[in-house]
Amino acid sequence: MQRETNPVAVAIAIEGLTKDYGDIRAVDDLNLTVSEAEVFGLLGPNGSGKTTTINCLTGLLSPTKGSIKVGGFDVRGEVEKAREIMGVSPQETAVCPYLTGRENVQLFGELYSVPKQALRARADNVMEKVGLIDDADRRVSKYSGGMKRRVSIAMALVTDPKIVLLDEPTVGMDPQARREVWDFVVELRDRGKTVLLTTHYMEEAEELCDRVGIIDHGKLIALGSPAELKTKYGARDLEDVFLQLTGRRIREGA
Amino acid sequence: MRISRAIAMAKKDWKRIIREPAFLFIIILFPVIITVAFGTSFGAVGGSQPSALSVAVVSLGGNSTASNQFLHAMQATGVVKVGPFVDNKTAQSMLSQGQVQAVILLPSSFDSTVESFKAHPSDPGLWTNSTIQVYLDRASVLSDQVVPTVVEQVLGQGILGIKPATQALPFALSTPSVVKVQGQSVFDSFAPGLFAFASIYMIMIVAQSYTTERDNGMLSRILVTPATSGDVVMGSVVSYLVIGLVQALLVFLCVYALGYHPVAGPTAILVGFYIITVFALCNIGFGLITAAVSRSAGAATGISFVFLMPQLFLGTFVGSALSSTAQEAGRFLPAYYVTDALTSLFTRGASITSASVLTDLAVVSASSVVILIVGVQLFKRFGSR
Repeated sequence: MQRETNPVAVAIAIEGLTKDYGDIRAVDDLNLTVSEAEVFGLLGPNGSGKTTTINCLTGLLSPTKGSIKVGGFDVRGEVEKAREIMGVSPQETAVCPYLTGRENVQLFGELYSVPKQALRARADNVMEKVGLIDDADRRVSKYSGGMKRRVSIAMALVTDPKIVLLDEPTVGMDPQARREVWDFVVELRDRGKTVLLTTHYMEEAEELCDRVGIIDHGKLIALGSPAELKTKYGARDLEDVFLQLTGRRIREGA
Repeated sequence: MRISRAIAMAKKDWKRIIREPAFLFIIILFPVIITVAFGTSFGAVGGSQPSALSVAVVSLGGNSTASNQFLHAMQATGVVKVGPFVDNKTAQSMLSQGQVQAVILLPSSFDSTVESFKAHPSDPGLWTNSTIQVYLDRASVLSDQVVPTVVEQVLGQGILGIKPATQALPFALSTPSVVKVQGQSVFDSFAPGLFAFASIYMIMIVAQSYTTERDNGMLSRILVTPATSGDVVMGSVVSYLVIGLVQALLVFLCVYALGYHPVAGPTAILVGFYIITVFALCNIGFGLITAAVSRSAGAATGISFVFLMPQLFLGTFVGSALSSTAQEAGRFLPAYYVTDALTSLFTRGASITSASVLTDLAVVSASSVVILIVGVQLFKRFGSR
């Protein structure tokens, strides 16, 4: 187990996080901090515990042990305050197909109590940023898979949150759309936002992340910047590092 | 819990109902179609009178004065359709083929019986008594209730000039009945049950809505915003209460247009609408219970029938045609009390403070709140993930 510390202001602090599903330990004594204005990548094979960690971060799952603080708020005791500063784009393309893109985004603005006067402008702004402003009034059921992912990200960002959790944000996107999302993530970091993302695309992690953590069987097995990890493991790219640490066997799982 | 978040959720549900054809059909169009279908089939469309029963009259004594008088008096009631005299064979053939719902056989002694009564109205010993045979269509629910009564009244008031209920008649009927007709149609007895019938399908919609959003991750996503599960449920309550009210209004307009005119005043009608709206809470609760035990939206559709069908058969207009045992079983279902309350208020003209209406209102309110609470708890415990 590695314990990681950072003198910069901490946006996310996970200490001794353990999550059991019956006899199965999905996350095992995870310790991790993510600094403010950092893009952090949580990498791991299928079923390694990434999504369980994110669900614990959002308060959707209760940890079996350990503590999580988001923006200084304890997720167990002050979950509503923690959620107010978080924007979450989950792994599933969780959107309402019968609403338009703009209506989906506005719905989430309303759930975060964004003032009505500001909501339309904010919705248009994020739809513009994810490249969907021309399709904002079309029903999401008519969108392509990539467009749905992008509107899902726009829904997470309508409140201009301090901390953004993106669970596999570019799955199903074509290279152009993926590049657009990457630019958007970089822009978020430049604006001082903290981004925690999970991805299976190693080049994406290498391109975007200041640091990455590789998680396997619920344990953090590597942590550092992509450059540090490549040097440490003598690998030519992050994918090599990943395969060295997690093996080549295909995994099943969530 | 914030009301603005609940309203945001409610708006989302309304848009879904309006935009998804299957939902719009089940919640709004289906009740209207059913109401119009029942109204046009059993109601008084096209006039103030119900769809009249057709009756054939056979005069075994030929085209006599008294039998003609009887025929015209029958035609004048407007309750039954009566054509010219036919022979017995033709009449029985028409009856067996459903072309008429009753055959009235006037005996050959019909004229002499009338004359003997008129000559000695207060001396039954001098009457020439006779029997009028009435053959009824067994497939017609109304014929055995309506025709004997009409014949009795026509004989008494139309031919002999007396009230049949207060004085003996020189005629015997083969199937006398005591039911009063007073221009009612079958639809009048169905109409109050149509309100509960329309609302019951909300169970399926609520269950499908929650399971679909759970399956596609939307529900989890909403629950990681500052919105609480209370906001989500309150959003559903707000949206489906409004939808329940819209359903009730549409069904009311349809039944009114189709000839069912409640004898209730505005206050009683408002109380009726209140009861229907409260009943929506019950259906939201059953919908949440269904969603809690269903693993997918498809399963939710099937499982919703567990709650839907008993209420449909025992608690709406269907129940009135069932056995007394089945009707007693209906007393365990909220829909029964909704239909009973609306029948009392709209059809019988009961006061809103009558014991019957207040009991129905109390049962519907209490059971709806309990079922909603059980639904919310079960869904939070087993259904939200």
